[in-house]
Amino acid sequence: MIPSGFEYHRPADVAGALSILQEHGDDARVIAGGHSLIPMMKLRMADVDHLIDLQDIDALKGISIGTDEVTIGAMVTQHELIENDALAQAVPIIREAALVIADPQVRYVGTIGGNVANGDPGNDMPGLMQCLDARFELVGPDGTREVPAREFYEAAYFTAREDEEILTKVIIPVPAAGTGQAYEKQKRKIGDYATAASGVMIQTEGGVCTAASIAMTNLADTPIWCEAASDALVGSDLGDVACKAAVAAAIDAIEPVADNRGPVEFKKHVAGVILRRAIDRAIARASN
Amino acid sequence: MSKMHVKLKVNGREVEGLAEPRTLLIHFLRENLKITGPHIGCETSHCGACTVDLNGKSVKSCTVFVAQAQEAEITTVEGLANDDGTLGVIQEMFREHHGLQCGFCTPGMITRAHRLLQENPSPTEEEVRFGMAGNLCRCTGYQNIVKSIMAASDQLNAQKEAAE
Amino acid sequence: MKDEVQTPEDRAAGLKGMGCSRKRVEDVRFTQGKGNYVDDIKLDGMLFGDFVRSPYAHARVKSINSEEAMKVPGVVAVITAADLEPLGLHWMPTLAGDKQMVLADGKVLFQGQEVAFVVAEDRYAAADAVELVEVEYEELPVIVDPFEALKSDVVLREDTVDENGKATDGAHGPRNHPNHIFTWEAGEEAETNAVIDSAEVVAEETMYYHRTHPCPLETCGSVASMDKVTGKLTLWGTFQAPHAIRTVVSLISGIAEHNIRVISPDIGGGFGNKVGAYSGYVCSVVASIVTGRPVKWIEDRMENLMTTAFARDYWMKGKISATKEGKITGLHCHVTADHGGFDACADPTKFPAGFMNICTGSYDIPTAYLAVDGVYTNKAPGGVSYRCSFRVTEAVYFIERMIEVLAIKLNMDAAELRRINFIKKEQFPYQSALGWEYDSGDYHTAWDKAMKAVDYDGLRAEQAQRVEDFKAGKTRSLMGIGLSFFTEIVGAGPVKNCDILGLGMFDSCEIRIHPTGSAIARLGTISQGQGHATTFSQIIASEIGIPADDITLEEGDTDTAPYGLGTYGSRSTPVAGAATAMAARKIRAKAQMIAAYLLEVHDDDVEFDVDRFVVKGAPERFKTMKEIAFAAYNQAIPGIEPGLEAVSYYDPPNMTYPFGAYVCVMDIDVDTGVPDIRRFYALDDCGTRINPMIIEGQVHGGLTEALAVALGQEIAYDEMGNVKTGTLMDFFLPTAWEVPNYETDYTVTPSPHHPIGAKGVGESPHVGGVPCFSNAVQDAFRAFGLTHTNMPHDHWRIWKTANDLGLHD
Repeated sequence: MIPSGFEYHRPADVAGALSILQEHGDDARVIAGGHSLIPMMKLRMADVDHLIDLQDIDALKGISIGTDEVTIGAMVTQHELIENDALAQAVPIIREAALVIADPQVRYVGTIGGNVANGDPGNDMPGLMQCLDARFELVGPDGTREVPAREFYEAAYFTAREDEEILTKVIIPVPAAGTGQAYEKQKRKIGDYATAASGVMIQTEGGVCTAASIAMTNLADTPIWCEAASDALVGSDLGDVACKAAVAAAIDAIEPVADNRGPVEFKKHVAGVILRRAIDRAIARASN
Repeated sequence: MSKMHVKLKVNGREVEGLAEPRTLLIHFLRENLKITGPHIGCETSHCGACTVDLNGKSVKSCTVFVAQAQEAEITTVEGLANDDGTLGVIQEMFREHHGLQCGFCTPGMITRAHRLLQENPSPTEEEVRFGMAGNLCRCTGYQNIVKSIMAASDQLNAQKEAAE
Repeated sequence: MKDEVQTPEDRAAGLKGMGCSRKRVEDVRFTQGKGNYVDDIKLDGMLFGDFVRSPYAHARVKSINSEEAMKVPGVVAVITAADLEPLGLHWMPTLAGDKQMVLADGKVLFQGQEVAFVVAEDRYAAADAVELVEVEYEELPVIVDPFEALKSDVVLREDTVDENGKATDGAHGPRNHPNHIFTWEAGEEAETNAVIDSAEVVAEETMYYHRTHPCPLETCGSVASMDKVTGKLTLWGTFQAPHAIRTVVSLISGIAEHNIRVISPDIGGGFGNKVGAYSGYVCSVVASIVTGRPVKWIEDRMENLMTTAFARDYWMKGKISATKEGKITGLHCHVTADHGGFDACADPTKFPAGFMNICTGSYDIPTAYLAVDGVYTNKAPGGVSYRCSFRVTEAVYFIERMIEVLAIKLNMDAAELRRINFIKKEQFPYQSALGWEYDSGDYHTAWDKAMKAVDYDGLRAEQAQRVEDFKAGKTRSLMGIGLSFFTEIVGAGPVKNCDILGLGMFDSCEIRIHPTGSAIARLGTISQGQGHATTFSQIIASEIGIPADDITLEEGDTDTAPYGLGTYGSRSTPVAGAATAMAARKIRAKAQMIAAYLLEVHDDDVEFDVDRFVVKGAPERFKTMKEIAFAAYNQAIPGIEPGLEAVSYYDPPNMTYPFGAYVCVMDIDVDTGVPDIRRFYALDDCGTRINPMIIEGQVHGGLTEALAVALGQEIAYDEMGNVKTGTLMDFFLPTAWEVPNYETDYTVTPSPHHPIGAKGVGESPHVGGVPCFSNAVQDAFRAFGLTHTNMPHDHWRIWKTANDLGLHD
């Protein structure tokens, strides 16, 4: 497994990266951790003439935690997400999800930006970001714009990002204090993509659900954020009836495909089980 | 494609060479530098036989272009023996507890264990299993690998205590 | 003298001989990355070869155009079947008596088949050129189902029919269809049918043992270097049987055998994958002859999984009969064996289905019959023994499932059913209905020890409670108790009935004692992680009293090692280990004469004592082996040649029959199909134990490979013959996270015919482990009406079992 040759670029800033992208158009690709792109290049399923390595761009690094929002640079690795205690305090579901991604070595180099920008339905961060209602900052020749994660994914490997744009930041609203959060994933082994995975956030007040967000991973060609499932919980006492309704709504929304992990019927069933476990854990973690 | 001038620091020594940017780090180490400790097992970043320590991180060198590693500091299993050529603690504990059989995964295992113990000097067995899950072994069933790393942890901690 | 104050026990301990958990001598190199595997070999001017492979499972190759490929800078040659044909190398013999295309000769029979070999200055240029070789294919109908193959009009192999389209005879007798390879039978068919037809109880089951792959962490590869000046070919490679490879290379290339040197360097695991001969080996040799430069070929992981040596793929149909009390009276087994496009299994010639006829297992079954039909399909060739002796894993899985199925039919406890049918200790040597003579065993003792160790009755009580709780809605988890009792048949084998391509399956050891009392030993085997350099030295240490640390052990170089058939089928200890002991005993016999001369007594008046010969009745008068060695070379002794060395070629009188009792306790999440192995107990009896540490390591590893096979590891094809599991994402190799800690235990029943009583252990845990894990899964559902479900028990198949039983309603 040997990739084809390419010109290698390592720009020092975003502007430099953009100008290379503009110059070469379709022939250029940016690379972050590379653990999705490089295997594709080695299998010669991705043909790249110009590879733009973003590792020297400081503006894409760092985690900043504000009162209302957390901003994560696109080049922040899964390992850095896991190690950041302040982030775990502010948005604990991120550590929980990052820990079930790939394996330790891959987490050292795999970045949040690469994970959300690639559009691979198997990646965990896109669903998680939809659950968190995050926004992605895109910088292109026409300037900077933000796209909500819930509107970013169009189909497998197709996103709202234009070819000449770079995803630079992920901006996450800090969940209200006491929000119960859980990420649940079933996989065949460490290193595998999800058979089914689900991120859930739940807020309660006096035993009543005041807000909920439910997203599913690897159960369609994009992540699925399911408003109907969230709605089934909001206003309820989070009892069995409401939870079952939420699960039913989510199963309705997903469109898994058969693969080596199993047929559609199995995946739908397991998706429901996994989601229910995530809901139950989120409820248990919610306070107020 | 034209070749680039690659400069790295490997096992404490400055090294350089010419290579195409697409050259995978594992090939640069093995072919250009003749550092053949790291092995190629799967080529899709699943097995960990090619694990090296790159700027303080455990990395699968089959999935890194040498261009990306330009100017990096790299440690391979060859750099983990003592200066006098005797086995380092982790290496010795793998031998002591039969943590290897065919030896093919061993360089990656030991290099990964080195980083794991740097970050978590006193791991539980569960933490060792989770922390080593990026390295596959076909021979040992992992039980003695885990045992070796737990023993290395004890010994390294005892050494540290004695030094203090 | 200092060592006079040492007791014999101290002196024995100092030798680090048999029974000692000696640390491995190999590890000093391996832990520092100083192993020398085939891809580590770098020769001046070395080229790299890479294959163009077929994307189709069945197609005619209409044309190959390498013009563009040759333009890639650094490309030296593109070799096709047309280039090999004049040399007679476009086809090669397989170890199963079939022949196989080296490069596509007009058509391809499986996805990934070798079509052209590109040779270039380095692997990057070779890979670029592979992309540019243009091959025109005409797709043909694909057959991936062996039952369909036996009915189809599509003839897969054009060499299996005569000009009238009639099936010709194969290597193992007549074919009943062009896609049929052989029928192989053992036992008495009519008698077995009669017993089963009149039996009180009969249980029947059909089971599929899925296709999988040994997948050692190091893939296959070779480096060929033809020296045109000396006419000598040196071939390094991942060879589990280097001498056999030398003979095969000589036979097919016409190069005289003395001009071929085959070297197996360190091997990164074999597990059966590296027994066979592959196109890459042949092409690297041809390319080196053509270019006059050394040529390296290393396959990548996808190529390894898709093209080299799969294992299993047996459809097994069984009938077992018994009395109402559970005494087994008869066993009938029919197998449809899918061999893929070529029959490239590595079984001894007379056993095209390996030792499948060990399928009566550990039980005293008076009447039995087995028939195996081999079939061609559009899948990769192979059928090798993946960490087992030839087809023994399939055989043991079959009987251990049939026992469970019978227990269900009889409504009986499966442990008890085993106990009442075990061959009794006093029945050994035991003649099985299908033709084997089991050398020794004490099954009841082993079984009772295992049952006690796990508190079997307690486990069953807990399981019954779990079923109650499940039915009451208190839990969604079920508990399975997996049992297996296996008898392996290893150490192939007696030359009278075991050969491969006519090469007798003896093995060998040569020992030379140096004048200062240290030694070098060379064997015909080759370690792939088993630690031969450590353990074989221990045998010599105990036999002749030279410390194991003073013995160098070499294997794998055909120029220096004595001829042997290599390492697979757990044959190293049973055969080469025996040769080692026998060679050592020859040396000891000569040493005795020398000692007697030096002590000025008659030969019979001295006796061996750990590391010396002492005068009987006068232990203060002795000569150490060190002294004897020096004298052997440097003192003129009347009637005795100088020197102290010996070689032994050991033709075993029988196979050895290791056995063991395993128990697995598993919890199963009914809703997700996720199993959780709570406990695994493994009792092994491998006869005399040479190095307990290494035995334990072998058991851990074999069990983990068994876990993988039982719970998910498969080579799966779609109906177009595309491999669906070509990377380690989909081909299941568990990580440290998915693997439990194992409890190991043992009994010792030495082999009566082996010089040191050892039986071999490397493959037992795989053979016994697969049915144990599988039985645990299936046992969890027994209370809900499950009789049998096929492996691999991955999440979705376990879920489906639960779903089919209505447990999700």
